[in-house]
Amino acid sequence: MSNPLPLWGGVGEGAGEFRLRRMVQDAPDLIPGVKHTPAQAALGEGVDVIPPAIELRHIDKRFGAVHANRDVSLAVQAGTIHGIVGENGAGKSTLMSILYGFYQADRGEVLIRGVKKTIARPVQAIAAGIGMVFQHFKLVEPFTVLENIVLGVEGGKLIARALAHARGELARLARDYALEVDPDAVVATLSVGLQQRVEILKALYRGAEILILDEPTSVLTPQEADHLFRILGALKRQGKTVILITHKLREIMAITDRVTVMRRGEVVAERETRATTQEELAELMVGRKVLLQVSKGAARPGAARPGAGRLAVEDLSVVDASGVERVKNVSFTVRAGEIVGIAGVAGNGQSELMEAIAGIRRAAKGTVRISGGAAHGNARDLRRQGLAHVPEDRRRMGLVTAFAAHESAILGYHDDPAFTGPILLDRRAIVAHCAAQMRDFDVRPPDPHLASESFSGGNQQKMVLAREIGRDPEVLLVGQPTRGVDIGAIEYIHRRLIALRDAGKAVLLISVELDEIMSLADRILVMFDGRIVGEVQADKADERLLGLMMAGIDPRTPREAA
Amino acid sequence: MEALTYFALLLDATLRVSAPLVLAALAGLFSERAGVFDISLEGKMLVGAFAAGVAAHYAGSMWVGLGAAILVSVAFGLLHGFACITHRGNQIVSGLAINILAAGLTILLGVTFFRQGGRTPQLPTEARFTPITLPGAEALKDVPVLGALWSELISGHNILVYFAYAAVPLAAFVLYRTRFGLRLRAVGENPEAVDTAGLSVEGLRYQAVIICGVLCGIAGAYLSIAQSAGFIKDMTAGKGFIALAALIFGKWKPVPTLLACLLFGFLEATAARIQGAFDLTGASDAVRRAAEALPFVIEALPYILVVLLLAGFVGTATAPKAGGIPYVKER
Repeated sequence: MSNPLPLWGGVGEGAGEFRLRRMVQDAPDLIPGVKHTPAQAALGEGVDVIPPAIELRHIDKRFGAVHANRDVSLAVQAGTIHGIVGENGAGKSTLMSILYGFYQADRGEVLIRGVKKTIARPVQAIAAGIGMVFQHFKLVEPFTVLENIVLGVEGGKLIARALAHARGELARLARDYALEVDPDAVVATLSVGLQQRVEILKALYRGAEILILDEPTSVLTPQEADHLFRILGALKRQGKTVILITHKLREIMAITDRVTVMRRGEVVAERETRATTQEELAELMVGRKVLLQVSKGAARPGAARPGAGRLAVEDLSVVDASGVERVKNVSFTVRAGEIVGIAGVAGNGQSELMEAIAGIRRAAKGTVRISGGAAHGNARDLRRQGLAHVPEDRRRMGLVTAFAAHESAILGYHDDPAFTGPILLDRRAIVAHCAAQMRDFDVRPPDPHLASESFSGGNQQKMVLAREIGRDPEVLLVGQPTRGVDIGAIEYIHRRLIALRDAGKAVLLISVELDEIMSLADRILVMFDGRIVGEVQADKADERLLGLMMAGIDPRTPREAA
Repeated sequence: MEALTYFALLLDATLRVSAPLVLAALAGLFSERAGVFDISLEGKMLVGAFAAGVAAHYAGSMWVGLGAAILVSVAFGLLHGFACITHRGNQIVSGLAINILAAGLTILLGVTFFRQGGRTPQLPTEARFTPITLPGAEALKDVPVLGALWSELISGHNILVYFAYAAVPLAAFVLYRTRFGLRLRAVGENPEAVDTAGLSVEGLRYQAVIICGVLCGIAGAYLSIAQSAGFIKDMTAGKGFIALAALIFGKWKPVPTLLACLLFGFLEATAARIQGAFDLTGASDAVRRAAEALPFVIEALPYILVVLLLAGFVGTATAPKAGGIPYVKER
């Protein structure tokens, strides 16, 4: 480690991350008033006098039988962006929760700027200059931005003075870090990207020198994510230390200086970002070689049975309970033997569209036809016609979490004569069926009697997929198939979806993960504000184009060109 | 002029009838804005009323009675807190249990102590909160409108009535202008935000439950040692639930809740006044029966209004988001 404080410039520019990296480099021009960083200044005067911003030594933590962190040691240099990657359950979040005082380590110590600290509660972490931006925001939604900012640091019995002070401070932070947000806006009315900014502001307002972000881009558009990275770049230049927890290797490559890889509670490797590759990191995370890009042949839509689409959606509109039109006149078809992906930022009508197609939400108008059959609105009829549905939220809609695995395995098919007599369920047949599915889909542990909630996200998802694919459907609707699923399982799920396509089935994939859409889909439809903004052939799609379309702009339309 | 006097008297009664509703509804407001649903306002008022009756009888002082009411009511509030906050029990079940416990315990102890069928002994005037004549009430009595208003409507209530109405702006101030209020509202909406800000979710909720107990205790004392001269079994007669209804009707906000209490109090006062007020000689059977039913219909109106509100017919009521959910730190 010749240079523990690598600068932005001169770092290897791998093809994929080039764009993001350049944006961060460009940031000083975009953000007026950014000064030179103390870290940069310190570089010339011998680096070893600066202790690491954070040092964790031999952290060990158990939750009952689960060994969440095993002897974890980690040092994060001040003024750098440090990435932590690992699969779900690798212990990243536990480690950060220990650092933030949510949990106490069983063993080990924490040093902040070279000084040993006891962090038993979040207040102590805040006092030590640590700020945390959680994946699920901790904001009070009916409160204004200002009220959220001052909560817990009001500095007096009345809040008027705190609000006034925060207002001034917010203006300053907005200037320094491109963190503009209306201080009087009610948080519930802000977009997810802006809410995240409020979280960052909260941390900075509390004087955070070290900012931890947990999966910060999972809810952002590529453009919002780029803005976030510019903010993080600005923070770094001002001498702040950033720890980025993510499973997106592209982001690690694009903005971090160093990266720590965790697996099963242990640190398995630490690399300087410029000296590693995505492939190496993925392999370290999983412990074996992984294919990041699923290999698939060209789609042969209609080859099995040419002619009409397997799934035909015509002029579909959906109005939600509060009277807002969520889906607006959407028409498309999915042919046999192809995967059609619907991309878009969460909340642009994809969920409602999917539920309407599945027949669990009433459409205001329009029709859904399976294999050219009659249009039916009823989930049961649609299933009988060959529609299978892997819902977006597997914990809420895919499984009954309190049920044993074998009970969840027959949800929706419990009246199949294979599982039930006239009155009583045939437990033995159901358990055997579930065990067979678990073998087929490599569900671990393969125990049909375990409660559904006891399985990891990836294994739960495999169980849902097994149930739905196992019925040999003509059309599969699948929403967020790999949300919260670890890399090994992602690869497996993707292979199964492609196998289904190659077997001549029609697959409609809805995902907020652009990478997933781009690697799986043959055609991509982009949704914005309830409409399909445009369609792109997968081989012609790139992230910039899709990102713009996800913001409602189709750069290919004449209006844009003019 | 007679109609005017009648109306003034009705409003005067409204103020008196509404006072315990206001206190209990504010009690519920503090608890529920902090995320602890409380259907045991009724039970806490009842034990408060009983304790006040007993203590005022033995000590011969209404202040001792008031203190006892507050203490006992807070103790029951802490019981609710212990079940729901510390042990994360179901808030509705705990509240229900407290109501049942309160109803049974007050009768059992009442009968055991005094053997008067659950009553506490009649209190002498010195051991009760009695009407206060405000300065100038006598002198201004004959000044039209304003003077009459002052002396008839505003003057002549006991101190707990004045306290109840003063508590409304006070509660609004605490809730919206103070650090404590900000944190209280936050913990009822998103306890995780409070936790990550380094504040104690349990501590805030316990404070809320204690305030709730204090206010319920005062409301109970009002019933037994201000409005009446002793405790009678089941004397709350659903007032805790009416207060809860007013709280929902007032959308968990102090001033709208006050207005809802006044509306419900007005309905109750009206029902009491028209009972037997009609001259029914010569009326048909149907009319007679309708007239007899009318007061009950009016008394049922608060509940009907709340059902309509909850069904979405009269605006919308959004409860504090974290209400009813025990806080469990997530992994």
